[in-house]
Amino acid sequence: MDFLTLLQILDSTVRLATPLLLACLAGLFSERAGIFDIGLEGKMLAAAFMSGAVAYVSGNVWLGLLAGIGASMALSVIHGLASITFKGNQLISGVAINFLAAGLTVVIAQSWFAQGGRTPQLTGGARFNPVELPFAEAFRDIPIFGPIYAELISGHTIIVYIAALTVPLTWWILYRTRFGLRLRAVGENPAAVDTAGVSVVGLRYAAVGICGILCGIAGAYLATALQAGFVKDMSAGRGYIALAALIFAKWRPWYALYATLLFGFLQALALRPDLIERVLSFKVNGQLLDVLPYILTVIILAGFVGKAIPPRAGGEPYVKER
Amino acid sequence: MTAPAIELKGISKAFGPVQANKDISIRVMPGTIHGIIGENGAGKSTLMSILFGFYKADKGEIYISGNLTAIPDSQAAISAGIGMVFQHFKLVENFTVLENVVLGAEDSAMLKPSLARARKELKALAEEYGLNVEPDALIQDIGVGMQQRVEILKALYRKAEILILDEPTGVLTPAEADQLFRILERLKAEGKTIILITHKLREIMDATDTVSVMRRGEMTATVKTAETSPQELAELMVGRKVLLQVDKEVATPGANVLEVKDLRVVDDKGVERVKGISFNVAAGEILGIAGVAGNGQSELLEVLGGYENGTGTIIVNGTEIDLTGAHSDGQSRRDRGIAHVPEDRQREGLIMDYAAWENTAFGYHHDDKYQRSRLFMDNGAIQQDTVEKMERFDVRPPNPKLSAKNFSGGNQQKIVLAREIERNPDLLLVGQPTRGVDIGAIEFIHQQIVSLRDQGKAILLVSVELEEILSLADRVAVMFDGKIMGERLPSETNEQELGLLMAGITEMPDKPIIEAVEENLAHAGAGKEVH
Repeated sequence: MDFLTLLQILDSTVRLATPLLLACLAGLFSERAGIFDIGLEGKMLAAAFMSGAVAYVSGNVWLGLLAGIGASMALSVIHGLASITFKGNQLISGVAINFLAAGLTVVIAQSWFAQGGRTPQLTGGARFNPVELPFAEAFRDIPIFGPIYAELISGHTIIVYIAALTVPLTWWILYRTRFGLRLRAVGENPAAVDTAGVSVVGLRYAAVGICGILCGIAGAYLATALQAGFVKDMSAGRGYIALAALIFAKWRPWYALYATLLFGFLQALALRPDLIERVLSFKVNGQLLDVLPYILTVIILAGFVGKAIPPRAGGEPYVKER
Repeated sequence: MTAPAIELKGISKAFGPVQANKDISIRVMPGTIHGIIGENGAGKSTLMSILFGFYKADKGEIYISGNLTAIPDSQAAISAGIGMVFQHFKLVENFTVLENVVLGAEDSAMLKPSLARARKELKALAEEYGLNVEPDALIQDIGVGMQQRVEILKALYRKAEILILDEPTGVLTPAEADQLFRILERLKAEGKTIILITHKLREIMDATDTVSVMRRGEMTATVKTAETSPQELAELMVGRKVLLQVDKEVATPGANVLEVKDLRVVDDKGVERVKGISFNVAAGEILGIAGVAGNGQSELLEVLGGYENGTGTIIVNGTEIDLTGAHSDGQSRRDRGIAHVPEDRQREGLIMDYAAWENTAFGYHHDDKYQRSRLFMDNGAIQQDTVEKMERFDVRPPNPKLSAKNFSGGNQQKIVLAREIERNPDLLLVGQPTRGVDIGAIEFIHQQIVSLRDQGKAILLVSVELEEILSLADRVAVMFDGKIMGERLPSETNEQELGLLMAGITEMPDKPIIEAVEENLAHAGAGKEVH
């Protein structure tokens, strides 16, 4: 396998890891505050549809992105109401959101566009297009660095760069700010936060809100950057993979980056069965490659990869006790 | 005349049909230690939670230093200069001491300057009041004594002038408790006002200036501590005369009923909780096991009761019993004449949603007298049986159809005791028999245990209440870090000696006792299981 092929695979790794990373960080904010969220999948899907629809109608991808975030936020509010205000079961609420999104997106898409539950193809300004970083062409001929810069680092959509920046930003918020300290505390022991005179409900809604924004960006990326338009069930389990990555990352931002890159890499491999065959010199069943990320998910969730301790108050509504 | 630091006027609070506080008025003078004593469920904690803004009173007014103050939430209480140390600490386990102190009282949106200032402040407070803590240690790595000091520091860091402590000594060794009271004295000397909530008469007598007594949601009296006696306080708490001392004859031990040799228990995390202990209990005697919670006593009871695996030898009435496998369960233990009153009656002793009559049959529901035919149980017989048991054990209300959760703690315990004692066991295991039980019921429960002993039964009593052990047991063994540190006769020992054994110290140290105790506790990592 030559250098350029490797770069191509890594390039698609980055593209495929981006929605996973955004969803994973979304889950990180929510779960660090003690709200388990298996509704990442549904929120991404809803965001993908709304961003695709609005981008098509308006022809402006940025409006699409905003609409996607709005859709995801709406579902976040439902999750917040169910699990924070009404102290319901967070898993049930998450499952309900996933079903809701899976059903509603197709029904509405059919009613609006009548194309079998998809949005029309997005073109031009209705999509996020690759951004050419400065000097990409000028550096291309420098050995090693040139191709890495031009092929791997340059030429992604703006959302990929936003996602990359979100990692240090998340770390900084969590560990360097007052908000982060309180957010982590509310996921570990909400009673400590409450008796310190800080609103548990407020913090948890803030976390769920951030989760909604990030999921919205992830969903919009699927429909307006990775692909050109919304298709039925296009999130394809990415929300669940992001959750697995979150556990793998032990709820830490930098590890979330590494974990989602690993999953992205496996997904990228599945797109190039020809390459696998050349390297291993025997044919690997394409479907086997497709399930690799999911197998890794099962392995991680079964706890084979070290012990992951979730935030202690995770999944439990806060009820005042003496 | 100076205004009271706190004055509550006509505070009432109901939880559904339960009136937790009824028209309570109290004045706490500045610069004093004011005790609030009462039985479990008397409404002490509710009252203090109202003062700290954790609950909202239905009626009543709060005056702080003479000014009417609304306290809708904890933030308002903190601003009013009130700090509270809860019975169950409100600390974030995987945060450092410093982070816990700063949480909620940060100076700005950025953490760094807040942490730096808190570090300096903490050092100053530590020197001023003798509150030594390690600012960078994680809460989960420090002992309960230090965790409690962190809670006090949290309050002081927020400029609390009034400090409320809810049952502060429950998880401390006697030496740590003594140190706590020295700290409280120092805080008082600096002009702070302290409210001490406890059910322990001795602490009230030793530490407070004034004491208020609560009974069934009402404030029954406020007296100067110097002008009262434990006997009088106990009567005020219960509403009638009570025996504080257990009346019992000298034991006449017979043959060994229980022999334990080199027992070891490893918990499901792979940590050895019982580290090779040996002891005997003879017929007609009570062996008391003392120790701070979390030093292996629970695991010992669980193995003996048949619901935890162990290794070693346990001989009951001359025959060995299985410690693992199919013949190591509650049923086979009962078949061997072992009855068990578990430590946590609400989790292990009763099914809270089941009626009393169902609960009195548990474990013995296969008895012939409860069967009508091969298929059907004779519920009428069980209910009749329960009615009789309830009468003999003075369970109130004597209604067998009421669910367990609707009885008070003391009456729940009586239901469990009635079930286990009435089987006439050879060996009774009793864990924390009076935890969360009112004084009136304590007296009755203690009498039952002693009378079972007098019938020639063997009794193993595990309790974290040293007073209880000293008044009931004929011999005392002290557990620390999974081992038995020593055995003493109650007549030949005292609380100080047992207190040192509870901290794992077998000889009088040549340095200050509290230092030796803390060193040992930190070394063994004891107390980590207690939160």
